[in-house]
Amino acid sequence: MRESRSRYVAVLALACVAAAAWLLPYAWMVLTSFKTLPEIVAHPTAPLPEHVDPGAYREVFATLPVARYMGITVFMAAAIALLQIALALPAGYALAKLRFVGRGFAFGTVLACLLVPAQATFVPVFLLFAKVHVVNTMTALVLPFAASALGTFLVRQALVSVPDEMIEAARMDGAGELTIVYRVLAPMLKPTLVSLFLVSFVFHYNDYFWPLVMTTDDHVRTLPLGVALLREQGTGVRWHIVMAGNVVLSLPVLTLFAIAQKHLVRAVSART
Amino acid sequence: MRPRSTWHPWAMLGPTLALLAVFFALPIGVAAYESLFSWDMLTPPRYVGTANYEALAAHGELLRIALRTLGYSVLVVAGTMTLGLGLALLLDRPGRLFAFVRASVFSAYVVSWVAVALLWMWILDGNAGPIAGFMRSLGLAPVSFLGDPGWALPTLAVVGVWKLTGYAMIVFLAGLQGVPRSLLEAAALDGAGPWARFRHVTLPLLAPTASFVATTSLVTSFQAFDVVRIMTQGGPARATELFVYAIYEQIFLNLSVGRASALTVVFFVLLLAVAGLQLRVWRARAGVSR
Repeated sequence: MRESRSRYVAVLALACVAAAAWLLPYAWMVLTSFKTLPEIVAHPTAPLPEHVDPGAYREVFATLPVARYMGITVFMAAAIALLQIALALPAGYALAKLRFVGRGFAFGTVLACLLVPAQATFVPVFLLFAKVHVVNTMTALVLPFAASALGTFLVRQALVSVPDEMIEAARMDGAGELTIVYRVLAPMLKPTLVSLFLVSFVFHYNDYFWPLVMTTDDHVRTLPLGVALLREQGTGVRWHIVMAGNVVLSLPVLTLFAIAQKHLVRAVSART
Repeated sequence: MRPRSTWHPWAMLGPTLALLAVFFALPIGVAAYESLFSWDMLTPPRYVGTANYEALAAHGELLRIALRTLGYSVLVVAGTMTLGLGLALLLDRPGRLFAFVRASVFSAYVVSWVAVALLWMWILDGNAGPIAGFMRSLGLAPVSFLGDPGWALPTLAVVGVWKLTGYAMIVFLAGLQGVPRSLLEAAALDGAGPWARFRHVTLPLLAPTASFVATTSLVTSFQAFDVVRIMTQGGPARATELFVYAIYEQIFLNLSVGRASALTVVFFVLLLAVAGLQLRVWRARAGVSR
């Protein structure tokens, strides 16, 4: 079933078209971030800048406290991802390995919560947070996602295939339940946990919706909000600055993607 | 296995169940309760019964929001599935070049909606954007993609397709690994051409994958918000006011907690219908692979 030469050439050509459709917009974004505004307006179709001008980046760092926003964003995303794993391990263990009255109900609750997105809960949660004065705090950004229905489900699925004898042996050796969960089982689930961490981290690093509705001031503003503000403030849109902000925002995730591509792809295609 | 002590399972599940209850299960009930009141967060709430729902349904506004959201979702799902399947078939080949193209397409799924929305706003910009520039240099009048009520929603859908095609492609690629080479070779020996092999061997075997992609993408695009908030703010003339943006507008711009809650309840019921479908497909899939 070898492909004929002409067919292979057609395949190559189509692959190049696909690559162009997804890479050219990025490339253009990067090139535009090195232009000046008069140049963009005068020659919108010229790809290359007349001379490389880092002014837009200087402007981004002058208008936005980039380091602080980045710090807040990375801290928030990492805290969420780590808490999700820390809580999903014992919960998944109880659901997968322990027999007790009410297990079906508990598992059903977790599955039901899989169906509820943050977009359907933000109005009541915002009202609750406003009442207890935690709007504009890290708590409002992290706490609602500290437990993950999906994470609990995936850990449970992964633990089902671990033989009971393993856990019984650990119990014989005198290991406590928490030791079994975090010291014996967690290392065995490493691929699942790494995927879980990456997917969660990338999702919350990128998230625009939740930080937008849970913050009203600069106190815990995240980088996606800051970059979106680059377009909203000031008179007229200064596209070179917006594109420079875009590059600053995207570079960390694209780097992470380049390093951990296999894990991310496996997690997304649900082949854990 | 028997727990060592009867309270162990509940201690282990406690934090997870408590957080899920407070932030995912109970809010729906609270929204249903709040939807019966008129409240602007400043003056005391006033019980109004179903008046919030009636006000939203009046003049067909609620129906229009639902249909608009559905229209956007159908466009995105149809686009991502067609392109995703096409790209999966095209790029399911060994070699670094194909791996690179796969990664390029998937990378859009990994970056923030903020970056994607801002990037496309500039590409589509009527004054400084390259598309308008090309159209002018060809002597055509530039189309105001985001400013024309007829164009705005399909344009957002195109951006959604660009962002999400990588997801569909990756899942289809995983699905293609389940199509046995030997079956395709046997079909080829029997004289089946590429189209016949695709139509009668690959496609039927990909059906579960396709329904998985369809339902997950449908749920995702039903929740679209970022792209609307950044690119159009629901405009022009409400042409891109999707469900979640309408809720956001009610609570943060109109300060109407009751209306926002009523919209949340309707949104959740619609989502439940779609997501119930998703869970069934997902369970069937998990059952097959384990």
